[in-house]
Amino acid sequence: MDSELITVTIDGKEVKVIPGTTVLEAARTAGIHIPTLCHHDDLCSEALYQQTASTPHQGEHSHQHEESAMLSTPSSCRICLVEVEGLPKLHASCALPIHNAMTVRTTSTAIRHARRDILELMMSEHYGDCFACARNGTCELQKLCADYGVTSERFGRPHEPLFEKAEIGNIIVRDQNKCILCRRCVRMCALYQGVYALTTEGRGDHSRIATFMGKEMKDATCINCGQCINRCPTGALTERDDTDAVWHAIEDPDKMVVIQTAPAPRAAIGEMFGCEPGTPLTFQMNTALKRVGFDKVFDTNFSADLTILEEGSELISRLYKALVLKDNTAALPQFTSCSPGWIKFIEHFYPKYLPNLSSAKSPQQMMGAVLKTYFAEKNGWDPSKIVSVSLMPCTAKKFEAARPEMDASGYRDVDYALTTRELGRMFKQAGIELPKLDKTPFDDPFGTPTGSGVIFGATGGVMEAALRTVFEIVTGEKVESVFDHADIKPVRGFDGVRMAELTISKVGPVPEILSHLVPDFEWLKGATLRVGLAHGTVNAIRVMKDIEEGGPLSQCHFIEFMACPGGCLGGGGQPIPTDREIRAARAKAIYSEDATYVVRKSHENEDVLRIYREFFKEGPCSHKSHELLHTHYKERV
Amino acid sequence: MDAQQTLRTEVEQLVRVHGRTRTALMPILQDLNRAHSYISEDAMLAVSDALNVPRAEVYGVATFYSYFSVKPRGTYVIRICRTISCAKQGDYHPAIAALFDELGIGMGETTSDGMFTIEQTNCIGMCDQGPAMMVNEIPHIKLTEASVRSILNEYRHAALAAKKAQ
Repeated sequence: MDSELITVTIDGKEVKVIPGTTVLEAARTAGIHIPTLCHHDDLCSEALYQQTASTPHQGEHSHQHEESAMLSTPSSCRICLVEVEGLPKLHASCALPIHNAMTVRTTSTAIRHARRDILELMMSEHYGDCFACARNGTCELQKLCADYGVTSERFGRPHEPLFEKAEIGNIIVRDQNKCILCRRCVRMCALYQGVYALTTEGRGDHSRIATFMGKEMKDATCINCGQCINRCPTGALTERDDTDAVWHAIEDPDKMVVIQTAPAPRAAIGEMFGCEPGTPLTFQMNTALKRVGFDKVFDTNFSADLTILEEGSELISRLYKALVLKDNTAALPQFTSCSPGWIKFIEHFYPKYLPNLSSAKSPQQMMGAVLKTYFAEKNGWDPSKIVSVSLMPCTAKKFEAARPEMDASGYRDVDYALTTRELGRMFKQAGIELPKLDKTPFDDPFGTPTGSGVIFGATGGVMEAALRTVFEIVTGEKVESVFDHADIKPVRGFDGVRMAELTISKVGPVPEILSHLVPDFEWLKGATLRVGLAHGTVNAIRVMKDIEEGGPLSQCHFIEFMACPGGCLGGGGQPIPTDREIRAARAKAIYSEDATYVVRKSHENEDVLRIYREFFKEGPCSHKSHELLHTHYKERV
Repeated sequence: MDAQQTLRTEVEQLVRVHGRTRTALMPILQDLNRAHSYISEDAMLAVSDALNVPRAEVYGVATFYSYFSVKPRGTYVIRICRTISCAKQGDYHPAIAALFDELGIGMGETTSDGMFTIEQTNCIGMCDQGPAMMVNEIPHIKLTEASVRSILNEYRHAALAAKKAQ
C-alpha cells in the first residue's frame, strides 16, 4: 500500500497521501490550517462517505445525488489559495488534487494579499452591519476579515440593500445581502438532507441562491430542518427570532410562562459560553431559566416517556391488527413521528406512506397539550393565561408548534419554540454566565429525570427507549437480561442507516394499562422484532427506496427517522459551528447522562404512570389520549 | 385535458425521444423552450417528475442559460447583437430605433399581443455582416431601418398564416 502513497511537502512538513487527495485535505492531515469559506468539514468527501455508510447497504458509496455537478466542491470562495512550487499563479487548495509529489506553501505575502483582496471584494457586495447581525461573533467572514487585516472598504460597500430580506412567515430567514455564494447551504440541503430546496439561480455575477421559482422558504419544499443555517458562514441564513415575544410574555404579570427543555440543547448550550462540546449543563440551565423569569421549568423527558408509551402501545396494537387480525389498514413498518423535519419531508416526498407514521404527537406537543389541560386543572391555572415555551435544538419545531391542528385542548399546545441559540442569547442578555451557576432540579409534577427521555436527543435514542419499554411490557422480563445495563448498543452509533433485531423468547401477561388494546401476548412468542434507523433525510430516502423495492427495511416493524445528521443533537437550532467531532461529543454527553439516572425506562417514570392514573385513565391510545396526544398529517406539494 | 396535463403529456413525449435520464434534462428543456418560447413553472415540475431530478435543480439549469427563460416571452424572441463590431456599424442605432418604434416596446419587453420580445445577445458570429440580430434561431444580417420593418412584417404574416392554418 505504501508505494501507492504520494509524498507532499506542505510548509516544510512532509505528509503521505492517497492519490487524488486535495491539497486542503492533505494540509488538514498535517495539522496545517488553511482558511475556507465554501469548504465545510461536513461536506468533504470523507464526511459524505461516512454519512451514507450503513449496515444494509454496506460499501454503497456513490448514490444518485453525487452525479449532480452542482454538488461538486464549488471552490467558489477562493480563500484557500496556496502556492505550488513550479506552478504559476495561486491555486485553490480545495480543488487541487495531488497526483505527483509537490511542494506547497500555505502562507506568503502573495497569499496573504490575495486572501485580503478576496475578502475586500466580498465585502464590496456585502450589505449589513456586523453589530446588527445574528451571527456577530460567530461569523466566519467577520473572523477572516479580522485575521487578514481588512481595515478599509477598499472596493466600497453597498449603502442600500441589494435584496429584500424575506422574513415574514418564514422560519428559515434568508438575507441575501449577506450571502457570499459559497453554496454550503445548497450542498447541505441536497447531500445530507436530500431535500434540494435550494439551488443556484442565474450565472456569473447574476448568480444567487434561490428556491424553485425564487419562492420564499415557506412556499418551497423546505422541511425547516435548519441544517443550512448551521453551515452558513455568514448571517445569510438564520432562524426566526422569537426571543422578543418570549421576553414580552415573561414580563407580562398576567401570564404564567412555563418552559420545557429538550435533551439535546443541554448537551450543547455550553458551547455558547466557552465550554467544550459535550458539557452537559442541564441543571445549571434550570437555575438560569428561573433567573430569567420563567415560572416553571419542565423536562421534555417526561413527555418523551409519554410518547414512548403512546407510540409503543400503538406499535403493539398495529402489530396485533396486522399479524393476528389480518387488518391491512394497519400499516407497517411504523415510522416515528417526533422529528418535525422528517414529518414535513415525508409529507412532501413520500405522502403514500403517511399511514405508516405513528399518530403520536412529538414530545414537544404532548408536553404542551398536557400543560394546558392536566397541569392547569391540577394547579387551578387558567389555561388561557399559560404561555407554553419550549427549548428545542430545532428550527422545524417552530413549524410544528404553529401547525394549525396542534390545539386540541382549545389552546395552542406550544406558543413559542426557541432554539438553543435563541435561549443562549437570552441568557447573555440577562448577564448570565451559565457554566458558573448552581444546579436546580426540574419542577414537579414532571420532574423525574429519566434516561429514556434524555437519549431522544441522539440518533437511535427513540428506538432504544421504545425497545426498553416494549421488551419489558411484552416479556415481563428486565431488558438487562439481554443487554448489559439496558444499553441497547446495536441501535447506537452514527451509521446513516442501521438495523437491529430483538427476539422475544417468552411473553408475560398483558399489563392492565394495555388491556384495552390486546387480549394477550401469546402471538408474539418467539417473534423477532426488527427495527431500523436513519438520520439525515438523505438516509431516509435510502430507507424509503429500500422499502419500495421490498428490501430488508420493508421487513422492519418499527423505524426511527431523524431529519438531522446525528439526530437532535445535530439539530438546526444548535450552536454554530458543528461537525462530526462536535456531534460525537454531544452524543457522549447524552449517553453518559442516561447512564447516571435511576429511572431509565419510560414505563418506570412515576410521573408518566401518575398521569395515566389521574388523567388519561383509559390508558395509552385511548379516546382521550387520541384527542390530546395524537395528530394527523397531510400531503404537501 | 387541462394545461398541466397537456404539459405532462408533452414532456412524456420528449422523454421518449431523449430518454429518462439526468442527461436528457438539457435537450428536453431546449425543446420546451423552443416550443413555448419559455419554460413555465408547470413545465419544470413536469420535467422534474418525469426525470426524477429535483425541481430546484431543473430551475437552476433553466436560469443558467440565457437562451432559456422561465418567464413568458413572445412567439418570436428577437436578440440584437450588442457586441462592439455590430454596434460600430453605421446602421446599428437607426435599425434598433426602428425595432423599438415598430413594436412599441423597450429592451427586455414583450408586445401586448404576445408576438415579439426584444433581448440582447453577445456575439453571434456575424461580425463581418453586422448589424445582426437573431429571431428565434434565424440570424438576420446587415440590418437597416427599412429591413428591420420588413423583417417584422414577414414574421407577422407568418404568424397570421400559421393561425389560419390551424
